[in-house]
Amino acid sequence: MSFWTRHQIFEKNSIILIAGILVVIAIGGLVEITPLFYLKSTIEVVDGVRPYTPLELAGRNIYVREGCYLCHSQMVRPLRDEIERYGHFSLAAESMYDHPFQWGSKRTGPDLARVGAKYSDEWHVTHLTNPRAIVPQSVMPGYPFLAQTEVDTAVVADNLKASRIVGVPYSDEQIKNAVADLKAQADPDSVGTDAFGKRYPKAVIRNFDSKAGAPTEMDALVAYLQMLGTLVDFKLYNEKANLR
Amino acid sequence: MQQTQSTKWMTHGEAGLMLFFAMAAFVCAFAAAKALDAPFAFHASLAAVASGVASFAIMNRYLDRPASLPPEEISGKPNYNLGPIKFASFMAMFWGIAGFAVGLLIASQLAWPLLNLDLPWTSFGRLRPLHTSAVIFAFGGNVLIATSFYVVQRTCRTRLVGDLAPWFVVLGYNFFIVIAGTGYLLGVTQSKEYAEPEWYADLWLTIVWVVYLVVFVMTLVKRKEPHIFVANWFYLAFIVTIAVLHLGNNLALPVSLLGSKSYIAWAGVQDAMFQWWYGHNAVGFFLTAGFLAIMYYFIPKRAERPVYSYRLSIIHFWSLIFLYIWAGPHHLHYTALPDWTQTLGMTFSVMLWMPSWGGMINGLMTLSGAWDKLRTDPVLRMLVVSVAFYGMSTFEGPLMSIKVVNSLSHYTDWTIGHVHSGALGWVGFVSFGALYCLVPWLWGRKELYSLKLVNWHFWISTIGIVLYISAMWVSGILQGLMWRAYTSLGFLEYSFIETVEAMHPFYVIRAAGGALFLIGALIMAYNLWMTVRASEADVGTELALQAAE
Repeated sequence: MSFWTRHQIFEKNSIILIAGILVVIAIGGLVEITPLFYLKSTIEVVDGVRPYTPLELAGRNIYVREGCYLCHSQMVRPLRDEIERYGHFSLAAESMYDHPFQWGSKRTGPDLARVGAKYSDEWHVTHLTNPRAIVPQSVMPGYPFLAQTEVDTAVVADNLKASRIVGVPYSDEQIKNAVADLKAQADPDSVGTDAFGKRYPKAVIRNFDSKAGAPTEMDALVAYLQMLGTLVDFKLYNEKANLR
Repeated sequence: MQQTQSTKWMTHGEAGLMLFFAMAAFVCAFAAAKALDAPFAFHASLAAVASGVASFAIMNRYLDRPASLPPEEISGKPNYNLGPIKFASFMAMFWGIAGFAVGLLIASQLAWPLLNLDLPWTSFGRLRPLHTSAVIFAFGGNVLIATSFYVVQRTCRTRLVGDLAPWFVVLGYNFFIVIAGTGYLLGVTQSKEYAEPEWYADLWLTIVWVVYLVVFVMTLVKRKEPHIFVANWFYLAFIVTIAVLHLGNNLALPVSLLGSKSYIAWAGVQDAMFQWWYGHNAVGFFLTAGFLAIMYYFIPKRAERPVYSYRLSIIHFWSLIFLYIWAGPHHLHYTALPDWTQTLGMTFSVMLWMPSWGGMINGLMTLSGAWDKLRTDPVLRMLVVSVAFYGMSTFEGPLMSIKVVNSLSHYTDWTIGHVHSGALGWVGFVSFGALYCLVPWLWGRKELYSLKLVNWHFWISTIGIVLYISAMWVSGILQGLMWRAYTSLGFLEYSFIETVEAMHPFYVIRAAGGALFLIGALIMAYNLWMTVRASEADVGTELALQAAE
């Protein structure tokens, strides 16, 4: 029986055809995806990477909501010009708590993986409100409404809880104090800052939008942008230890 | 058997679905009242209204219909079910124009940023997913559902399975589109490219898709032909694989069952890999396998020639679906994804060139002995040029997946240009060609209202595509080169904003190309509308029933 006659088994049985399709399409995915969950070399061992603070997470959710990833990548490639333009190339560990990842696929605007601490809060607030006020040639949309919208605090603790279920190591204490921590991070004069600092060491506490009152979406987004790429101290990072 | 004696009963399907939708209406109304955020309340209300209408419509349909369901055959000929196909064809044209128009808007926003209006729901970041979903899933999806339901009936010589099920598929799918599209405008997104709809829209799509698969497969099972026609293999691979990809990539945990936000189960590297395993195979199976099925049915039919090579189609089918699945990591070259995965992705992407061109040759060579028709039949020309575009973009794709090339092309407009040579040239043209064939067949018209208008559509759109993709090639390569340019002293030559500024003329040309493509589609919509409206006198004999085999 020739190969072509044997193939008739697929052409004459729809269920066998489905089974054949399933087997054939399963192989590539299984080979490429499954090892990423157990090969230890996939994610480097790095000091400093921590879960997002409640305010940063709220900011990240705004970043996702507005589709920032469609024009800004968060993935510096190990190419000379990118390292000189943006900083150390991105490590897998730096996005290990990102649900979902925000590496992006297009740079209509610059990469943001290491934008944290490069510009002042005021720069970000002005730029987000009206990009062309700072960069006349920019094609970015303005987001003036962020400064006028308060962060929705009703869902903050639930966001942490859901993140924990999918694998982000938030403690019970962090979840319990989520709303207080969110407010404390945007208000350096508040009583909650000490407790916040203990729960999220090294996290920056500032009034990001320099407006009094409840944290706005602008506070949250700027808090997120200002921490991007700042968690790993590359002066101390031992590249050789993580050679892949 | 006497019609008059049979008492009229609701089928299990009618009764069950009516009950399901009645209950769904209450559940959704309750969810709307208790919703945690405004978009979720809006979507729950929409679902409540839609469920109520569906329940009422099923009752109405039952009261109006004769006691017995439509027969399988009428005087020995299969009684094909065309209603849902007509609806999906109409929606394809509607969403196509909507999607192209939004595309033109966001292309213009990149050229003239003031058009963003600085409002939440009109900014580029929210409109871009609306554009991609409207053209891929709304336009492309309706074309695929319409043609697959048509082709499977014709090539199996049997009526579509189910009475309400095909309607459930087309209406349910378009309801998913409405939920997804309005969601983007309201800021409801998972931020996974081409998989942006949130968890509840994903769940609904899963239900619709399973019904789609069941209707398609059960129709195959009761076929009157011994062989399953090659187009149906591709449709089946498309339906089955999209189901697998959808489930894998969208596994998410809702923050609350009464809110729109969810968190994806995967993180970082693994999420990136899942995303591009999905993303590239949305191209491979939605935009390629599904539309190759269209090629394998509509080109032979229109050219009245058999498929060039049966053996080539077997090789084409299995090698294409086997190799495509591996190609995802080429979207992640030089990222934090492990090197071995990137190399695998690149290797298989290059290999993928072979089945792609094998398929292209099979489509083009089907015209053997009928090449002269290209001069006289603009519909066939559209179909054939779509295959040529397919060949071009499936050559460009493997090229761009090579790591050194990718280090230049990635993150630039070259990718956008590549996608659009495939999307406008291949998917767009093959869909237009199929709809130009399908509409006269469905409405029993002898020919289209005007072949001259098809010719106009063809040329205007072709010029639009050429403007679009050449502008993106130039801007993409220019931007890539500017990013890596160094001065003689060893400093980066250009600041980022200088590279943005350099893009402006190309963004204007691209928008002009998009405008031409939209104008072409409007001409098409008018032509199809006039075809459907043609007077009864024009209703002529149908084209030959059999698939060209």
